[in-house]
Amino acid sequence: MSEAALPHDLHDAPAAYEPSLFGTYSKKIGMWLFLLSDSLTFGALLYAYSYGRISTPNWPTPFHSESIVNATVMTAFLLTSSLTMVLAVRAAVFGDAKKQRLWLLATMACGMGFVLLHGREWSKLIAEGLTLPVFPKLAEHATSTEFADVAKTVPQFPATFFGLTGMHMLHVTLGVIYLGIVALRRNFIPILLVFWLAAWLGTPASSPFHYGSHILLLAAIVCSIILWLKPKIYDAADVEVAGLYWHFVDLVWMFIFPLVYLMSAKIL
Amino acid sequence: MEAFQQAIAARVAEQHRHHGMTQFFAVWGALLVFTGIEVYLTYQNMPPVRMLTILMGLSLIKAALIIGYFMHMKYEVSRMKWLTMCSLVACLALMMIFFPDALRILSLGVK
Repeated sequence: MSEAALPHDLHDAPAAYEPSLFGTYSKKIGMWLFLLSDSLTFGALLYAYSYGRISTPNWPTPFHSESIVNATVMTAFLLTSSLTMVLAVRAAVFGDAKKQRLWLLATMACGMGFVLLHGREWSKLIAEGLTLPVFPKLAEHATSTEFADVAKTVPQFPATFFGLTGMHMLHVTLGVIYLGIVALRRNFIPILLVFWLAAWLGTPASSPFHYGSHILLLAAIVCSIILWLKPKIYDAADVEVAGLYWHFVDLVWMFIFPLVYLMSAKIL
Repeated sequence: MEAFQQAIAARVAEQHRHHGMTQFFAVWGALLVFTGIEVYLTYQNMPPVRMLTILMGLSLIKAALIIGYFMHMKYEVSRMKWLTMCSLVACLALMMIFFPDALRILSLGVK
């Protein structure tokens, strides 16, 4: 093809397109790049946990079967949410808006189940003495328990445990909000504010979740600004990109679960 | 939507037509089974290094299933697959440079 003919041909052929380097749309490539960078964040946290474990001969194995069962149910919730997410993407691709919304809501329900179970476990561990200096002071009876001893003798354990699982819990929470916005758009903002009020007023001031709940308020403000600046109906590509984020959150848990919980199980 | 975006969206839709629901349920079932095996192995009193090797092996299989089928990486062009996965694995492998230091602390007997 001569150089003179090239611009003319391209101009006259609106249906022709130049495939991107990765053969897909830019939103998806952007999300993959974000996920790759986020993988390194979680990679660093997992390596820090492993470093602490290797270099500490008396690393504790404090998780009783109750904690392991709880973490297994949490894993099942996340795996099921990945299935419902992929079904939401499929419904979106086939243009079935009703099914797409239902599957997205099912995914959010599983994600919320995960966060609630995780929050309950955190509260239990903190009440039993596994705590960090930044958390509120413990009651007198909790300072002589098995977990309190762990926190005193191996402070790396609660630091890496809460750091790693807290970062993951934050990602799941933001993922639920992301899916809520994709599924319900503006209608999700008042729901999010109700969740914020429930989390804030429903947790005691001594719980780390009391002040942590303000993340929901912050998210509601940010989402309101985004929806106000760029109101749109989310298409199949948006649902697929949201799905990539959600599956990533599931993927990370596939390494946290065995490394943090199963390798620290108390075998009697 | 612009023409090239429509063309890509059509390609994505075409990919999804080849994915049966059965495939997704099979992957989900396999992931649950692998999780069950991991929990079962936890209570088998294995030496920690052996246990860690098996658990990480199973986790890598689970990760490959999630990336390949749920994140549709299996159906992307090979350039996308190789560039993203190789760069990720290389970066994560580079972080292993810290582990000999952790072992050195053990051999020094630092309390």
